[in-house]
Formats: sequence, C-alpha cells, structure tokens
Amino acid sequence: MKKVVYGLLILLAVIHQDVWWWDNGELVFGFMPLGLFYHSLYSCMAAAVWAMAVKWAWPGDIEQWAESGDEAGGEQ
Amino acid sequence: MSSITPLIALGQVAEPASRTPLVIIGIYMCVLFGLGWISSRLFRGSSKDFFVASHSIGPFMLLMSVFGTTMTAFALVGSTGKAFSLGIGVYGLMASSSGLIHAACFFLVGIRMWSFGKKYGYVTQIQFFRDRFESKKLGYLLFPILAGLIIPYLLVGLIGAGTYIGGVTRGMFPGTFAAGAVPGWLTGLVICGVVLFYVFSGGVRSAVWANTFQTIVFMIMGLVGFIVIAKGIGGLAEASEMTRQHAPEKLVREGLMTPAHFMSYMLVPLSVGMFPHLFQHWLTAKSAKAFRLTVIAHPLCIMIVWVPCILIGIWGAGLFADGSLFVPKLPNGEPNANAVLSMMVKKFMVNPVLIGLFSAGVLAAIMSSLDSQFVCVGSMFTNDFALPLFGSERFSDTQKVWLGRGFIVFIVVITYVISIFKPMSVFNLGIWCFSGFSALFPIAFAAVYWKRVTTAGVFASVIATAVTWALFIHDALGRAAGEQWFGVKAHGEYLIAGVMPVAFICLASVVALVGVSLATKPPTSETIDKFFPAKG
Repeated sequence: MKKVVYGLLILLAVIHQDVWWWDNGELVFGFMPLGLFYHSLYSCMAAAVWAMAVKWAWPGDIEQWAESGDEAGGEQ
Repeated sequence: MSSITPLIALGQVAEPASRTPLVIIGIYMCVLFGLGWISSRLFRGSSKDFFVASHSIGPFMLLMSVFGTTMTAFALVGSTGKAFSLGIGVYGLMASSSGLIHAACFFLVGIRMWSFGKKYGYVTQIQFFRDRFESKKLGYLLFPILAGLIIPYLLVGLIGAGTYIGGVTRGMFPGTFAAGAVPGWLTGLVICGVVLFYVFSGGVRSAVWANTFQTIVFMIMGLVGFIVIAKGIGGLAEASEMTRQHAPEKLVREGLMTPAHFMSYMLVPLSVGMFPHLFQHWLTAKSAKAFRLTVIAHPLCIMIVWVPCILIGIWGAGLFADGSLFVPKLPNGEPNANAVLSMMVKKFMVNPVLIGLFSAGVLAAIMSSLDSQFVCVGSMFTNDFALPLFGSERFSDTQKVWLGRGFIVFIVVITYVISIFKPMSVFNLGIWCFSGFSALFPIAFAAVYWKRVTTAGVFASVIATAVTWALFIHDALGRAAGEQWFGVKAHGEYLIAGVMPVAFICLASVVALVGVSLATKPPTSETIDKFFPAKG
C-alpha cells in the first residue's frame, strides 16, 4: 500500500498541471469557474491521499525511536 | 447592487462613515490582550517553555497554529488582489499546490525534524543543522539569512494590514487623516503592540493559543464575509456572470499565465519546509501522532480560506471593469490590488458590526503569522547567535528569555519602519520571500534523507541561494522596467525564460549542494549514526 500511496502523490503532482481546460471559462453550478472548481476538487483529493498516507505510510519507526527516551543534544 | 452613494464610491466622503467597525476591532484586540494574560498564567518561566511550549501541543491546536501561521495577509489580502489581476489561476498557483506540497513537507520532513528535536532537545532549526552538519559556523551563516528572509514575511503582514484597514476605514476621520482613513503606520503600530504583548507574556505557548483562536475567527468570518458580499452583489451566479460579461479573461488562465509559469509556481510552497517559525511550531507537538490531523486537514483548510478570496477577487475585477467598484490607484496609475478586499467589504457589507467582525478576522489572519515569526526571530537570536557566541553558561534562563525579547523588538522596529516607507504588492513580496526559503529547502530534505550530504555542500548551497536570490530581486525590483538583465515583467510578475525565478534559484541551490557534497569528504560515522537510526 505504501507504494500505491507514493504513486498517488506523484499522480497528484502531474494532474495539478491541468492544461486541458486552460481557456475554458464555463461556470459550474452557475457561479464557479471550471478551472477553480477543478482545483477545489484537487484540494479534496489531496486531503484524501494524505489520509491514505497517514494510514498506510506513517513513519512509525522514527516516531518510536524519538519517543524511546530523550537524550542530550549538541550545543543548545 | 450597492447602497453606497456615488460620492463615497469615488472616495469623496460627504460625512464621516460609522466608526463602529473600529470599536469592534478594538474589542477584538482587548480579547487578545486577555488571551495573552491567561496564557501567561500557564507560562512555566523556562526558556524551553517560552520557545517550544515544553512539547505539549495536541493535534487540533497544532493544526490551527500551523495553518494560522502559514496563512497571512498573503492568503486573504494578497490572494484577493492577485485574483483581481491574474484571475482564477491564482488558486492553482498557490493554494491547491500548497495542499500537496505543504502537507508533503509536514509528512516527509516535519515529523523527522520533530523527532530529532524531541530526542536531542533542539529549540531552533539552526541548532539541528549545526549538529547535523557538524559546523558551528553554519549557524552564523544561516542566522542572518533566515532572519533577513523573515523580514519581508513580516512586511507582508504589516503592509497588508495597513492597506486593508486604510480601505475599510476610508471616510471615518475626515480632516484628521488623508481620505479620512486610518493610516498604515497607525495600524502597524497597534497590531505590533498587541502581538508583542501576548508573545512577551507566554512565548510560543501564547502564540499557539492566540493562533488557534485567531484561525477559528478568520475562517468563520471569511466565510460569513464571502456570503454577505455575494448577497450584496445579487447572488453567486449574478456576481460571476458580471465577471463573465466585463472581465471574462479572469475566468480562465489563457493570456494571463502560461503552463510553464504555472508549473514553476509549484516550487514556491516548498518554503514551508524551511520556515524557521514553522519548525518551531513542529517542535511544540506533544507527539508525532499530533501531525496526523495537520497533514490531512491542511489542504481542506486552505481551500476553505482561498476559494472565497479568489471569487471575491475575480468579482472585484468584473465590477471594476464595469466601473461600479472604486479601487485606489498606485503612484503608477494602476489600481492597488492590495486594496481590493477592503473595497469589496466597504461596498457590499452594509452592517458596520459585520464590517468590524470581518475586519477583525482579516487582522486575525495577519497576526496569527506575525506572532510565530516574532517568537522565532527571538529564539534564533538567543539560541543560534548569542549563546554559541558568548557561551550558554553566561546567561540564566530568565536572561535567555529577555535576550530573545530584546531582539524581537529590534526586528519589529526595523520592519515597521520599512513598511511605512516602502510599500509594495503583498503577493509579490510574499513570493520573493518564499522563493528564498524554497531554495534552502533541499538542505532540510537532504539533512533527513541523504547521508552523503556534507558541510561544504550545505555552505555552497546557502551561498548559491543567497547570491542568485539577491541578483534576481535586484534585477526585478531595483532596475527600471525594460532594463532587466535576466527576465521580463509580464502581468505584474518577473519571469526568467517564462518561469518564476524560484526555479533557477532552486536549481543553483541543488547543483551546489549535490556537486560540492560529492566532491568533499563525507560526514563522520558518529553523525550518520546519530541522525539515521537503525530501523526496528
């Protein structure tokens, strides 16, 4: 699943470049320009993919390591 | 459509406008004072509490404080103004891309940075870099660069607040101030004073509390304001129809931006991965799990704030083209895009109480960034400059807190003076600032993922970024139109070979980082073991 999540993130980066309706000024629901509507949906898709990332690609190892006990650092 | 008289619409006020909005804003400032006082009761008096709230912040407050910090005048005043000039494409330029890139920075870099901060007790980003790259000198190089890049970011807030309040109070004080509007210097003075008060009261803990409260205020008031403005124009459909009739180019991207220009903007949101004030917010998290809500909800929060602003901006363009919206002019004769939001509010919000509440929401968005930036510059000065230079033992914990406070005042005074004498486009100023941070992002990424990155490589990357950034900003802003060495100005943007300068600044940074790292001695095994723990 981790690979699927990373694949979806790359896909999101690609479909952000929506050149296919670059000059389409149609109004969705009578008020929302199509380009703005698409990118609003894009924001929702991004949230959904990040939810998948949290579920299936969470860096649990680093979290566990950090919470295994504080150590003194360098020069603070 | 509008109940405002043509005289007011032309900026020639017949009698003083209601001052109720200012009273509401005053009450809001008092609430912030109260919040600062309450959070100061919880302040534990230690520098760790002042700078990272003793790692005690949970998921909801982390989301609100991180989101509030990334949304400043740039998001409300700047996005509306930029949509007024460049149309709907502005959402894709910054908002939807940020939903992907910001969350990626939190997920891929933020959690790791938090883990190192938690494990080794870092308070600032530079402390981490000094340890990771085994160089005390790196801190002395990064400190002035990061502090210097924060100044334009602070300016974005102060200029945005001044322009907005100037527009919305137009006509309230005829004979006292020019155009009867509260001047920018007074607005800047008040918001700096309020933010300094609550930041001084409880450090980053106060900032987190205030951010949470202010983020809720500006999200709610933003939506309320949007609905009222839409209703004032005659409805959502009528508002967009007016733009279609009088400024149809704002509904598309054709003619206003090219796909290459659009794509290059995707590099700008990388800046959050390198913002020192955001690093400090990451460190406030109670646990890594606290990041989960921030990663998922951040794109949605951006959408909730930006979509209404973009629509208000393009509606403003339609009304302006139709001649039914007054927008003050800049000295060069162009309409002042920064003033579009306040002019729309002034024109379509009839109820002065509502104007006051909405304006409090705009100031909330601005102050929720200023506070984090204030705390951050103080933290950096204390922990990255003063302590390494004079020795940690020389100062008591209380003195460390006061050192930070002193430097905050110093930076705020500098920024305040610049904001009075050198106003410019909030959006463009923000983009230059973010471009510098974005170009430094490869260093943050390499620090947590690339074992082979070296101290020399990082030095080379920082210097390459500083040189190219300074060169391009001088070319764009310091030279007369048409005399640029590298790029051209089109639609209010400075483009090099058709793309944003950030593309070339990032390229220089990455080439220097990778090239010099591969050509120099790898870091010690102790450092690698310390920052790349074995799995399992």
